[in-house]
Amino acid sequence: MIPPYLLQEMAQETGEHIFLVLIAMAIAAAIGLPLGVLLTRRAALRTPLLGFANVMQTIPSLALFGFLIPIPFIGGIGKRTAIVALVLYALLPILRNTLAGILGVEGAVRESAIAMGMTGRQLLWEVELPLAAPTILAGLRIATVTTIGTATIAAAIGAGGLGVFIFRGIASVDTTQILAGAIPAALLALLSDGGFSWIERRVSVP
Amino acid sequence: MTTEAANGAAALEFRDVSYRVGGNLILDNLNLRIESGRTLVLLGRSGSGKTTALKMLNGLLFPSGGKVLVEARSTTDWDLIELRRSIGYVIQEVGLFPHFTIGENIGLVPRLKGWPPDRIAARVAELLDQVGLASAQFLGRYPRQLSGGQRQRVGVARALAAEPKLLLFDEPFGALDPVTRVELQDQFLSLRDRFKKTSIFVTHDVREALRLGTEIALLHRGKLEVLATPDDFVKSNGPEARAFLSTL
Repeated sequence: MIPPYLLQEMAQETGEHIFLVLIAMAIAAAIGLPLGVLLTRRAALRTPLLGFANVMQTIPSLALFGFLIPIPFIGGIGKRTAIVALVLYALLPILRNTLAGILGVEGAVRESAIAMGMTGRQLLWEVELPLAAPTILAGLRIATVTTIGTATIAAAIGAGGLGVFIFRGIASVDTTQILAGAIPAALLALLSDGGFSWIERRVSVP
Repeated sequence: MTTEAANGAAALEFRDVSYRVGGNLILDNLNLRIESGRTLVLLGRSGSGKTTALKMLNGLLFPSGGKVLVEARSTTDWDLIELRRSIGYVIQEVGLFPHFTIGENIGLVPRLKGWPPDRIAARVAELLDQVGLASAQFLGRYPRQLSGGQRQRVGVARALAAEPKLLLFDEPFGALDPVTRVELQDQFLSLRDRFKKTSIFVTHDVREALRLGTEIALLHRGKLEVLATPDDFVKSNGPEARAFLSTL
Protein backbone atom coordinates (compact mmCIF):
# COMPACT_ATOMS: atom_id res chain seq x y z
CA MET A 1 0.00 0.00 0.00
CA ILE A 2 1.01 3.57 -0.59
CA PRO A 3 1.67 5.43 2.65
CA PRO A 4 -0.76 8.37 3.16
CA TYR A 5 1.98 11.00 3.36
CA LEU A 6 3.25 9.90 -0.04
CA LEU A 7 -0.26 9.88 -1.51
CA GLN A 8 -0.80 13.46 -0.49
CA GLU A 9 2.51 14.56 -1.94
CA MET A 10 1.75 12.64 -5.14
CA ALA A 11 -1.51 14.48 -5.55
CA GLN A 12 0.24 17.80 -5.11
CA GLU A 13 3.08 17.04 -7.55
CA THR A 14 0.65 15.62 -10.09
CA GLY A 15 -1.21 18.92 -9.92
CA GLU A 16 2.03 20.82 -10.47
CA HIS A 17 2.95 18.52 -13.31
CA ILE A 18 -0.37 19.10 -15.05
CA PHE A 19 0.04 22.83 -14.49
CA LEU A 20 3.49 22.82 -16.13
CA VAL A 21 2.25 20.83 -19.11
CA LEU A 22 -0.92 22.89 -19.61
CA ILE A 23 0.90 26.22 -19.50
CA ALA A 24 3.67 24.98 -21.78
CA MET A 25 1.20 23.50 -24.28
CA ALA A 26 -0.98 26.60 -24.28
CA ILE A 27 2.02 28.77 -25.07
CA ALA A 28 3.43 26.33 -27.63
CA ALA A 29 0.07 26.11 -29.40
CA ALA A 30 -0.40 29.89 -29.30
CA ILE A 31 2.98 30.29 -31.01
CA GLY A 32 3.10 27.13 -33.13
CA LEU A 33 -0.34 27.18 -34.77
CA PRO A 34 -0.22 30.73 -36.19
CA LEU A 35 3.43 30.29 -37.08
CA GLY A 36 2.60 27.03 -38.88
CA VAL A 37 -0.10 28.82 -40.89
CA LEU A 38 2.37 31.59 -41.69
CA LEU A 39 4.84 28.99 -42.98
CA THR A 40 2.24 27.74 -45.46
CA ARG A 41 2.10 31.27 -46.89
CA ARG A 42 5.83 32.07 -46.74
CA ALA A 43 7.87 29.20 -48.12
CA ALA A 44 11.11 31.12 -47.58
CA LEU A 45 10.65 31.00 -43.80
CA ARG A 46 10.18 27.24 -43.67
CA THR A 47 13.80 26.15 -43.67
CA PRO A 48 15.05 28.56 -41.00
CA LEU A 49 12.08 28.14 -38.64
CA LEU A 50 11.75 24.39 -38.94
CA GLY A 51 15.54 24.19 -38.65
CA PHE A 52 15.42 26.11 -35.39
CA ALA A 53 12.66 23.89 -34.00
CA ASN A 54 14.59 20.83 -35.14
CA VAL A 55 17.76 21.94 -33.40
CA MET A 56 15.79 22.51 -30.20
CA GLN A 57 14.57 18.92 -30.36
CA THR A 58 18.08 17.54 -30.74
CA ILE A 59 19.34 19.14 -27.54
CA PRO A 60 19.06 16.59 -24.71
CA SER A 61 16.36 17.83 -22.36
CA LEU A 62 18.52 17.90 -19.26
CA ALA A 63 21.08 19.97 -21.17
CA LEU A 64 18.44 22.39 -22.44
CA PHE A 65 17.17 22.99 -18.90
CA GLY A 66 20.77 23.60 -17.89
CA PHE A 67 21.50 25.96 -20.79
CA LEU A 68 18.52 28.12 -19.92
CA ILE A 69 19.43 28.69 -16.27
CA PRO A 70 22.04 31.43 -16.85
CA ILE A 71 19.94 33.30 -19.45
CA PRO A 72 18.42 36.50 -18.04
CA PHE A 73 14.59 36.91 -17.90
CA ILE A 74 13.69 33.44 -19.16
CA GLY A 75 16.31 31.58 -17.14
CA GLY A 76 16.98 30.93 -13.48
CA ILE A 77 15.78 28.17 -11.21
CA GLY A 78 12.12 27.26 -11.18
CA LYS A 79 8.96 26.91 -13.20
CA ARG A 80 9.54 29.72 -15.66
CA THR A 81 12.71 28.19 -17.06
CA ALA A 82 11.08 24.79 -17.22
CA ILE A 83 8.12 26.15 -19.16
CA VAL A 84 10.40 27.88 -21.67
CA ALA A 85 12.23 24.61 -22.28
CA LEU A 86 9.01 22.62 -22.61
CA VAL A 87 7.62 25.16 -25.09
CA LEU A 88 10.77 24.89 -27.21
CA TYR A 89 10.36 21.11 -27.31
CA ALA A 90 6.67 21.17 -28.12
CA LEU A 91 7.07 23.64 -30.96
CA LEU A 92 8.41 21.29 -33.63
CA PRO A 93 5.57 18.76 -33.83
CA ILE A 94 2.98 21.54 -33.74
CA LEU A 95 4.70 23.59 -36.44
CA ARG A 96 5.46 20.64 -38.65
CA ASN A 97 1.99 19.12 -38.47
CA THR A 98 0.21 22.42 -39.01
CA LEU A 99 2.32 22.97 -42.11
CA ALA A 100 1.90 19.40 -43.36
CA GLY A 101 -1.83 19.38 -42.66
CA ILE A 102 -2.53 22.54 -44.61
CA LEU A 103 -0.17 21.73 -47.47
CA GLY A 104 -1.80 18.30 -47.62
CA VAL A 105 -5.18 19.76 -48.60
CA GLU A 106 -5.92 18.49 -52.09
CA GLY A 107 -4.91 20.97 -54.79
CA ALA A 108 -8.24 20.70 -56.59
CA VAL A 109 -10.13 21.54 -53.39
CA ARG A 110 -8.00 24.59 -52.73
CA GLU A 111 -8.27 25.72 -56.35
CA SER A 112 -12.06 25.31 -56.25
CA ALA A 113 -12.27 27.37 -53.09
CA ILE A 114 -10.27 30.18 -54.66
CA ALA A 115 -12.08 29.96 -57.98
CA MET A 116 -15.44 30.14 -56.24
CA GLY A 117 -14.49 33.45 -54.70
CA MET A 118 -13.46 32.61 -51.16
CA THR A 119 -11.34 35.25 -49.51
CA GLY A 120 -8.00 34.23 -48.02
CA ARG A 121 -9.57 34.15 -44.57
CA GLN A 122 -12.50 32.00 -45.70
CA LEU A 123 -10.10 29.61 -47.44
CA LEU A 124 -8.15 29.21 -44.21
CA TRP A 125 -11.04 28.88 -41.75
CA GLU A 126 -13.60 27.05 -43.85
CA VAL A 127 -11.41 24.77 -45.93
CA GLU A 128 -7.77 24.49 -44.91
CA LEU A 129 -8.05 24.32 -41.13
CA PRO A 130 -11.02 21.92 -40.98
CA LEU A 131 -9.34 19.58 -43.47
CA ALA A 132 -5.97 19.86 -41.73
CA ALA A 133 -7.51 19.42 -38.28
CA PRO A 134 -6.73 15.70 -37.86
CA THR A 135 -3.06 16.27 -38.75
CA ILE A 136 -2.80 19.37 -36.56
CA LEU A 137 -4.39 17.48 -33.67
CA ALA A 138 -1.93 14.64 -34.17
CA GLY A 139 0.85 17.20 -33.74
CA LEU A 140 -0.70 18.55 -30.55
CA ARG A 141 -1.11 15.00 -29.31
CA ILE A 142 2.54 14.10 -29.86
CA ALA A 143 3.63 17.39 -28.32
CA THR A 144 1.44 16.89 -25.24
CA VAL A 145 2.47 13.31 -24.61
CA THR A 146 6.18 14.08 -24.95
CA THR A 147 5.83 17.19 -22.82
CA ILE A 148 4.31 15.10 -20.02
CA GLY A 149 7.41 12.91 -20.15
CA THR A 150 9.93 15.73 -20.50
CA ALA A 151 8.31 17.68 -17.69
CA THR A 152 9.56 15.07 -15.21
CA ILE A 153 13.07 16.38 -15.85
CA ALA A 154 11.93 19.91 -14.89
CA ALA A 155 12.27 18.82 -11.27
CA ALA A 156 16.05 18.90 -11.79
CA ILE A 157 15.91 22.69 -11.94
CA GLY A 158 13.48 23.07 -9.09
CA ALA A 159 10.28 23.36 -11.12
CA GLY A 160 8.42 20.65 -9.19
CA GLY A 161 6.17 18.09 -10.79
CA LEU A 162 6.31 14.31 -10.72
CA GLY A 163 10.03 14.33 -11.50
CA VAL A 164 10.60 15.25 -7.86
CA PHE A 165 9.92 11.63 -6.87
CA ILE A 166 12.00 10.20 -9.64
CA PHE A 167 15.11 12.26 -8.84
CA ARG A 168 14.65 11.62 -5.12
CA GLY A 169 14.17 7.91 -5.72
CA ILE A 170 17.29 7.69 -7.87
CA ALA A 171 19.35 9.59 -5.28
CA SER A 172 18.17 7.40 -2.40
CA VAL A 173 17.88 4.17 -4.41
CA ASP A 174 14.21 3.95 -3.44
CA THR A 175 12.05 2.19 -6.03
CA THR A 176 8.81 3.21 -4.35
CA GLN A 177 9.71 6.87 -4.82
CA ILE A 178 10.66 6.33 -8.48
CA LEU A 179 7.35 4.56 -9.14
CA ALA A 180 5.43 7.27 -7.28
CA GLY A 181 6.64 9.64 -9.99
CA ALA A 182 6.76 7.35 -13.00
CA ILE A 183 3.35 5.70 -12.72
CA PRO A 184 1.26 8.90 -12.46
CA ALA A 185 3.32 10.41 -15.31
CA ALA A 186 2.66 7.39 -17.49
CA LEU A 187 -1.05 7.49 -16.63
CA LEU A 188 -1.22 11.18 -17.49
CA ALA A 189 0.40 10.48 -20.86
CA LEU A 190 -2.02 7.63 -21.60
CA LEU A 191 -4.98 9.72 -20.53
CA SER A 192 -4.11 12.68 -22.72
CA ASP A 193 -3.31 10.38 -25.62
CA GLY A 194 -6.74 8.81 -25.30
CA GLY A 195 -8.38 12.21 -25.00
CA PHE A 196 -6.74 13.43 -28.18
CA SER A 197 -7.64 10.30 -30.06
CA TRP A 198 -11.27 10.85 -29.08
CA ILE A 199 -11.17 14.45 -30.33
CA GLU A 200 -9.45 13.37 -33.56
CA ARG A 201 -12.26 10.95 -34.27
CA ARG A 202 -14.79 13.69 -33.64
CA VAL A 203 -13.26 16.17 -36.10
CA SER A 204 -12.41 13.81 -38.95
CA VAL A 205 -14.64 13.91 -42.02
CA PRO A 206 -17.61 11.58 -41.64
CA MET B 1 -6.72 34.54 -86.39
CA THR B 2 -9.61 36.50 -84.94
CA THR B 3 -13.31 36.70 -85.53
CA GLU B 4 -14.73 40.15 -85.57
CA ALA B 5 -18.30 39.83 -84.41
CA ALA B 6 -20.76 41.89 -86.41
CA ASN B 7 -21.53 44.39 -83.68
CA GLY B 8 -22.53 42.63 -80.45
CA ALA B 9 -20.28 43.31 -77.50
CA ALA B 10 -18.04 40.39 -76.65
CA ALA B 11 -18.69 38.79 -73.27
CA LEU B 12 -15.05 37.77 -73.17
CA GLU B 13 -12.00 38.76 -75.07
CA PHE B 14 -8.36 37.74 -75.21
CA ARG B 15 -6.39 40.64 -76.62
CA ASP B 16 -2.77 39.88 -77.64
CA VAL B 17 -2.44 37.58 -74.66
CA SER B 18 0.84 35.86 -73.94
CA TYR B 19 1.87 33.87 -70.93
CA ARG B 20 5.38 32.98 -70.01
CA VAL B 21 6.72 30.66 -67.32
CA GLY B 22 10.48 30.88 -67.06
CA GLY B 23 11.67 30.68 -70.65
CA ASN B 24 8.58 28.88 -71.93
CA LEU B 25 5.92 30.65 -73.90
CA ILE B 26 2.69 28.92 -72.87
CA LEU B 27 0.41 31.29 -74.75
CA ASP B 28 1.65 33.18 -77.77
CA ASN B 29 -0.27 36.29 -78.78
CA LEU B 30 -3.75 34.83 -78.37
CA ASN B 31 -6.64 36.83 -79.76
CA LEU B 32 -10.19 35.58 -79.26
CA ARG B 33 -13.64 37.02 -78.74
CA ILE B 34 -16.55 35.13 -77.34
CA GLU B 35 -20.09 36.39 -77.79
CA SER B 36 -22.59 36.24 -75.01
CA GLY B 37 -24.52 32.97 -74.82
CA ARG B 38 -22.07 30.96 -76.94
CA THR B 39 -20.12 27.84 -76.00
CA LEU B 40 -16.51 28.06 -77.03
CA VAL B 41 -14.52 24.87 -76.87
CA LEU B 42 -10.79 25.22 -76.38
CA LEU B 43 -9.35 22.14 -78.04
CA GLY B 44 -5.74 21.08 -77.95
CA ARG B 45 -3.15 18.59 -76.79
CA SER B 46 -1.75 18.55 -73.30
CA GLY B 47 0.49 21.58 -72.94
CA SER B 48 -1.20 23.51 -75.73
CA GLY B 49 -2.13 26.29 -73.32
CA LYS B 50 -5.88 25.70 -73.20
CA THR B 51 -6.16 25.36 -69.43
CA THR B 52 -3.88 28.36 -68.97
CA ALA B 53 -6.19 30.42 -71.16
CA LEU B 54 -9.22 29.24 -69.18
CA LYS B 55 -7.70 30.13 -65.83
CA MET B 56 -7.11 33.68 -67.01
CA LEU B 57 -10.84 34.25 -67.25
CA ASN B 58 -11.47 33.90 -63.51
CA GLY B 59 -8.21 35.46 -62.46
CA LEU B 60 -6.43 32.31 -61.34
CA LEU B 61 -3.69 33.37 -63.75
CA PHE B 62 -2.85 36.70 -65.34
CA PRO B 63 -1.31 37.34 -68.75
CA SER B 64 2.38 38.21 -69.00
CA GLY B 65 1.43 40.40 -71.95
CA GLY B 66 -1.86 41.64 -73.38
CA LYS B 67 -5.24 41.72 -71.71
CA VAL B 68 -8.08 39.40 -70.82
CA LEU B 69 -11.39 41.23 -70.80
CA VAL B 70 -14.51 40.02 -69.03
CA GLU B 71 -17.47 42.20 -69.92
CA ALA B 72 -15.08 44.71 -71.45
CA ARG B 73 -13.12 45.06 -68.23
CA SER B 74 -9.60 43.71 -67.83
CA THR B 75 -9.30 40.96 -65.21
CA THR B 76 -6.60 43.08 -63.58
CA ASP B 77 -9.20 45.79 -62.95
CA TRP B 78 -11.85 43.48 -61.49
CA ASP B 79 -12.38 42.90 -57.81
CA LEU B 80 -11.24 39.28 -58.03
CA ILE B 81 -13.57 37.99 -55.33
CA GLU B 82 -16.55 39.55 -57.09
CA LEU B 83 -15.38 38.31 -60.49
CA ARG B 84 -14.91 34.73 -59.30
CA ARG B 85 -18.26 34.62 -57.51
CA SER B 86 -19.92 35.52 -60.80
CA ILE B 87 -18.22 32.70 -62.71
CA GLY B 88 -18.99 28.99 -62.40
CA TYR B 89 -15.96 26.71 -62.50
CA VAL B 90 -15.93 22.96 -63.09
CA ILE B 91 -12.71 20.94 -63.17
CA GLN B 92 -11.83 17.34 -63.93
CA GLU B 93 -10.92 16.55 -60.31
CA VAL B 94 -14.27 18.11 -59.32
CA GLY B 95 -12.78 19.59 -56.13
CA LEU B 96 -15.84 19.19 -53.93
CA PHE B 97 -15.19 20.08 -50.30
CA PRO B 98 -14.94 16.69 -48.59
CA HIS B 99 -16.08 18.05 -45.21
CA PHE B 100 -19.20 19.71 -46.64
CA THR B 101 -22.40 17.84 -47.44
CA ILE B 102 -23.63 17.86 -51.04
CA GLY B 103 -26.13 20.55 -50.07
CA GLU B 104 -23.42 22.70 -48.48
CA ASN B 105 -21.14 22.22 -51.47
CA ILE B 106 -23.77 23.40 -53.94
CA GLY B 107 -24.90 26.24 -51.71
CA LEU B 108 -21.42 27.61 -51.12
CA VAL B 109 -21.30 30.52 -53.57
CA PRO B 110 -24.85 31.64 -52.76
CA ARG B 111 -23.83 31.61 -49.09
CA LEU B 112 -20.66 33.58 -49.82
CA LYS B 113 -22.84 36.07 -51.65
CA GLY B 114 -25.08 36.38 -48.62
CA TRP B 115 -28.29 34.82 -49.91
CA PRO B 116 -30.87 34.07 -47.19
CA PRO B 117 -30.86 30.39 -46.10
CA ASP B 118 -34.32 29.54 -47.41
CA ARG B 119 -33.45 30.87 -50.85
CA ILE B 120 -30.23 28.81 -50.82
CA ALA B 121 -32.12 25.66 -49.78
CA ALA B 122 -34.67 26.12 -52.56
CA ARG B 123 -31.94 26.76 -55.11
CA VAL B 124 -29.90 23.72 -54.05
CA ALA B 125 -32.91 21.40 -54.30
CA GLU B 126 -33.82 22.82 -57.71
CA LEU B 127 -30.28 22.33 -59.02
CA LEU B 128 -29.93 18.78 -57.75
CA ASP B 129 -33.07 17.88 -59.64
CA GLN B 130 -31.81 19.65 -62.75
CA VAL B 131 -28.60 17.63 -62.81
CA GLY B 132 -30.55 14.43 -62.29
CA LEU B 133 -29.94 13.69 -58.61
CA ALA B 134 -32.90 13.23 -56.28
CA SER B 135 -32.46 16.08 -53.82
CA ALA B 136 -34.02 14.35 -50.82
CA GLN B 137 -31.61 11.48 -51.25
CA PHE B 138 -28.38 13.38 -51.89
CA LEU B 139 -28.66 16.62 -49.92
CA GLY B 140 -27.13 15.33 -46.67
CA ARG B 141 -24.54 12.99 -48.15
CA TYR B 142 -20.82 13.63 -48.30
CA PRO B 143 -18.82 13.69 -51.56
CA ARG B 144 -16.95 10.46 -50.79
CA GLN B 145 -20.27 8.60 -50.67
CA LEU B 146 -20.93 9.42 -54.34
CA SER B 147 -19.68 7.84 -57.56
CA GLY B 148 -17.44 9.81 -59.92
CA GLY B 149 -20.31 10.67 -62.23
CA GLN B 150 -22.55 11.78 -59.36
CA ARG B 151 -19.74 13.92 -57.98
CA GLN B 152 -19.31 15.69 -61.28
CA ARG B 153 -23.05 16.30 -61.51
CA VAL B 154 -22.74 17.98 -58.13
CA GLY B 155 -19.74 19.90 -59.46
CA VAL B 156 -21.88 21.22 -62.33
CA ALA B 157 -24.72 22.09 -59.95
CA ARG B 158 -22.29 23.94 -57.70
CA ALA B 159 -21.01 25.97 -60.63
CA LEU B 160 -24.56 26.94 -61.62
CA ALA B 161 -25.72 27.74 -58.09
CA ALA B 162 -25.32 31.49 -57.88
CA GLU B 163 -26.62 32.10 -61.39
CA PRO B 164 -23.23 32.95 -62.87
CA LYS B 165 -22.94 34.92 -66.06
CA LEU B 166 -20.13 32.73 -67.26
CA LEU B 167 -19.26 29.04 -66.93
CA LEU B 168 -15.77 27.58 -67.21
CA PHE B 169 -15.22 23.86 -67.71
CA ASP B 170 -11.76 22.31 -67.55
CA GLU B 171 -12.00 18.78 -68.99
CA PRO B 172 -14.91 18.16 -66.63
CA PHE B 173 -15.84 14.75 -67.99
CA GLY B 174 -12.32 13.51 -68.71
CA ALA B 175 -12.12 11.12 -65.79
CA LEU B 176 -15.51 9.48 -66.33
CA ASP B 177 -16.36 6.21 -68.03
CA PRO B 178 -17.62 6.62 -71.63
CA VAL B 179 -21.27 5.98 -70.82
CA THR B 180 -21.43 8.42 -67.92
CA ARG B 181 -19.46 10.85 -70.03
CA VAL B 182 -22.10 10.90 -72.77
CA GLU B 183 -24.86 11.23 -70.15
CA LEU B 184 -23.16 14.28 -68.71
CA GLN B 185 -22.56 15.73 -72.16
CA ASP B 186 -26.29 15.39 -72.82
CA GLN B 187 -26.97 17.08 -69.52
CA PHE B 188 -24.60 19.87 -70.51
CA LEU B 189 -26.38 20.36 -73.84
CA SER B 190 -29.80 20.51 -72.25
CA LEU B 191 -28.58 22.99 -69.63
CA ARG B 192 -26.85 24.99 -72.35
CA ASP B 193 -30.00 25.23 -74.41
CA ARG B 194 -32.11 26.09 -71.40
CA PHE B 195 -29.97 28.79 -69.81
CA LYS B 196 -27.92 30.12 -72.74
CA LYS B 197 -24.98 30.91 -70.49
CA THR B 198 -21.68 31.89 -72.02
CA SER B 199 -19.45 28.86 -71.54
CA ILE B 200 -15.84 28.01 -72.17
CA PHE B 201 -15.10 24.32 -72.33
CA VAL B 202 -11.59 22.87 -72.36
CA THR B 203 -11.09 19.40 -73.80
CA HIS B 204 -8.62 17.30 -75.75
CA ASP B 205 -11.41 15.15 -77.17
CA VAL B 206 -12.41 16.33 -80.65
CA ARG B 207 -15.64 14.34 -80.51
CA GLU B 208 -16.64 16.19 -77.34
CA ALA B 209 -15.62 19.49 -78.93
CA LEU B 210 -17.78 18.92 -82.01
CA ARG B 211 -20.70 17.85 -79.87
CA LEU B 212 -20.73 20.63 -77.31
CA GLY B 213 -19.25 23.72 -78.93
CA THR B 214 -20.89 26.47 -80.89
CA GLU B 215 -17.33 27.48 -81.75
CA ILE B 216 -14.12 25.50 -81.56
CA ALA B 217 -10.76 27.14 -80.99
CA LEU B 218 -7.85 24.83 -81.68
CA LEU B 219 -4.70 25.70 -79.75
CA HIS B 220 -1.30 24.36 -80.65
CA ARG B 221 1.84 25.28 -78.72
CA GLY B 222 0.16 28.36 -77.30
CA LYS B 223 -1.07 29.62 -80.67
CA LEU B 224 -4.58 29.75 -82.04
CA GLU B 225 -4.58 27.47 -85.07
CA VAL B 226 -8.22 27.33 -86.03
CA LEU B 227 -11.35 29.14 -84.91
CA ALA B 228 -14.46 27.73 -86.51
CA THR B 229 -17.94 26.40 -85.98
CA PRO B 230 -18.08 22.61 -85.64
CA ASP B 231 -19.36 22.33 -89.23
CA ASP B 232 -16.42 24.31 -90.57
CA PHE B 233 -13.94 22.73 -88.20
CA VAL B 234 -14.33 19.29 -89.76
CA LYS B 235 -13.30 20.83 -93.10
CA SER B 236 -10.11 22.39 -91.70
CA ASN B 237 -6.90 21.60 -93.52
CA GLY B 238 -4.20 22.61 -91.07
CA PRO B 239 -1.92 19.79 -89.91
CA GLU B 240 -2.92 20.07 -86.23
CA ALA B 241 -6.64 20.15 -87.08
CA ARG B 242 -6.19 17.13 -89.34
CA ALA B 243 -4.30 15.35 -86.58
CA PHE B 244 -7.26 15.83 -84.29
CA LEU B 245 -9.84 14.96 -86.93
CA SER B 246 -7.97 11.75 -87.71
CA THR B 247 -8.83 10.54 -84.20
CA LEU B 248 -12.52 10.51 -85.07
